[in-house]
Amino acid sequence: MADRSAAEVARAVNARETSAVETLEAAYARIAERDGAIGAYLALTQDLARARAERVDAAVREGKRLPLAGVPLAVKDNMCLEGTPTTCASKILDGWIAPYTATAVQRLIDAGAVPLGKTNLDEFAMGSSCENSALGKTANPWDRSRVPGGSSGGSVAAVAAGEATLALGSDTGGSIREPAAFCGVVGFKPTYGRVSRYGLIAFASSLDQIGPIAQTVEDAALAYDLMAGKDPLDATTVDREVEPAAAGLRDDLRGVRVGIVKEFGLDKLEPDVRACYEQAYDDLRKLGAEFVEVGLPTADYGVATYYLIAPAECSSNLARFDGMRYGLRVEGPDVGATYEATRAAGFGDEVKRRILIGTYALSSGYYDAYYVRAQKARTLIAADFAKAFEACDVIACPAAASPAFAFNAKADPVSMYLMDYYTIPMSLAGLPSLSVPCGYVTPAGSDKPLPLGLELSAPLFAERALLGIAHAYERGTGHARAKQIPTLADAVSAR
Amino acid sequence: MSDIDVAYVAKLARLALTPAEIERFGAQLGALLEHVAATAQVIAQSNVTREDLAVPSLDRETVLAQAPSREGPYFRVPRIIGEEA
Repeated sequence: MADRSAAEVARAVNARETSAVETLEAAYARIAERDGAIGAYLALTQDLARARAERVDAAVREGKRLPLAGVPLAVKDNMCLEGTPTTCASKILDGWIAPYTATAVQRLIDAGAVPLGKTNLDEFAMGSSCENSALGKTANPWDRSRVPGGSSGGSVAAVAAGEATLALGSDTGGSIREPAAFCGVVGFKPTYGRVSRYGLIAFASSLDQIGPIAQTVEDAALAYDLMAGKDPLDATTVDREVEPAAAGLRDDLRGVRVGIVKEFGLDKLEPDVRACYEQAYDDLRKLGAEFVEVGLPTADYGVATYYLIAPAECSSNLARFDGMRYGLRVEGPDVGATYEATRAAGFGDEVKRRILIGTYALSSGYYDAYYVRAQKARTLIAADFAKAFEACDVIACPAAASPAFAFNAKADPVSMYLMDYYTIPMSLAGLPSLSVPCGYVTPAGSDKPLPLGLELSAPLFAERALLGIAHAYERGTGHARAKQIPTLADAVSAR
Repeated sequence: MSDIDVAYVAKLARLALTPAEIERFGAQLGALLEHVAATAQVIAQSNVTREDLAVPSLDRETVLAQAPSREGPYFRVPRIIGEEA
């Protein structure tokens, strides 16, 4: 039997068929049973969770109904939760206790969600496999010899393994969508500026966005509706009405125009992966969608563009980690040596690599050649999407070119960067984009099926239409919850 | 980008330009170089302001408790100005 969705948990808690405290205890029992094998969490927040669950139960007893009453929530460890450790999976922040709570997290807690703990990620969200975490290793619940994807690897693994009902991730170039595809869950990145980033530790400020990770599209819509909207504490949030997405879920695709990107031809993919996506497109057609071919001629430049803009912004954002006011400090003979020793000891290789690329790209004489040119390429990519959306309502493509890969399979940084080929262009254009499970492939020599994700992307601020279309696909195919992970029992017994 | 010093560039190129030409070429060169504008903010937000209101900030003790080194109500940091300065 599938685990209960967030909507089902909230309904049951509001109806007093179960309590938030009982739900919490069941969630922690599941974590105790499984997380030794999975490693989704860096820290559990038991005291806070218990206090919140008791408050939810008290509110329900008083007759209140909360949209996420008692829903067990996992929070990526680059978001602040007051009084609990927030590390970004980096040694430079190991032991730091957040003095306030991120707006997105607070809005879900206010709606009744119960924060179970903080989940693993690639250090400072830089990576596509979770292997860049300095503080823990997370395995893919479908096959523990494989990565969960990244950077939001802990959050997706927690939802996939039933160790959380709902989770928060952040997506800069695909960090929600690629891991959601690898772990067979729904991962949704809203439009840039839709969800407050107050309390999200910044990586690349022109790209970062918080979004929900869930078992179902309905749950993702529910969480999105609660989080979206202007926040006075984040000036980059848009002051624009949020059309409730949960009310726009639909069951068919009649009249929907789906764009297939000419440059993203499926012939580049392995035959079994290709067959799965061809089936997904057929399923969309059967549900009533019309197909149109669209061109994104500049999408091929997405990865190169991204790997100038994101490191440039990260080199600036991460300058704050200097060992003076919080976090690690390694004393040197003078202030400069202290900065250098602190950052040398505190940051891992991928973070150092990106700080170096970014500092180079922003340095005098190279700024116009690299950063400004990348920003111009970004303009062209966004213009390509705007043109494509004149002919279609949503663009469908793979969320990743392959299912989850084995640990250490992408030791070369460039091969890792290419994992984000299908997610980066949408990030550069600021578009709402999600991954929804679309089938399974079993690699040769393995008996473990691995999920694949269909990426659907829509025009700026068209979240409601996007989630509605994804819901129809999910309902029409049943991939999301049809399959329980067959190998989880092994994972537990192998502990 | 449109603030190209056309007179300076013309001197480098050994081209004598009249003031009228400098003005005309300046505008045209700017337009050519800006043919593709750089995107810094993808949803075109700019100059977001708010009321300048005093609101409570984080508790000082909570914040100082995270300091790698402190002295009373202050962060203790390495000397940044040399003795001779």
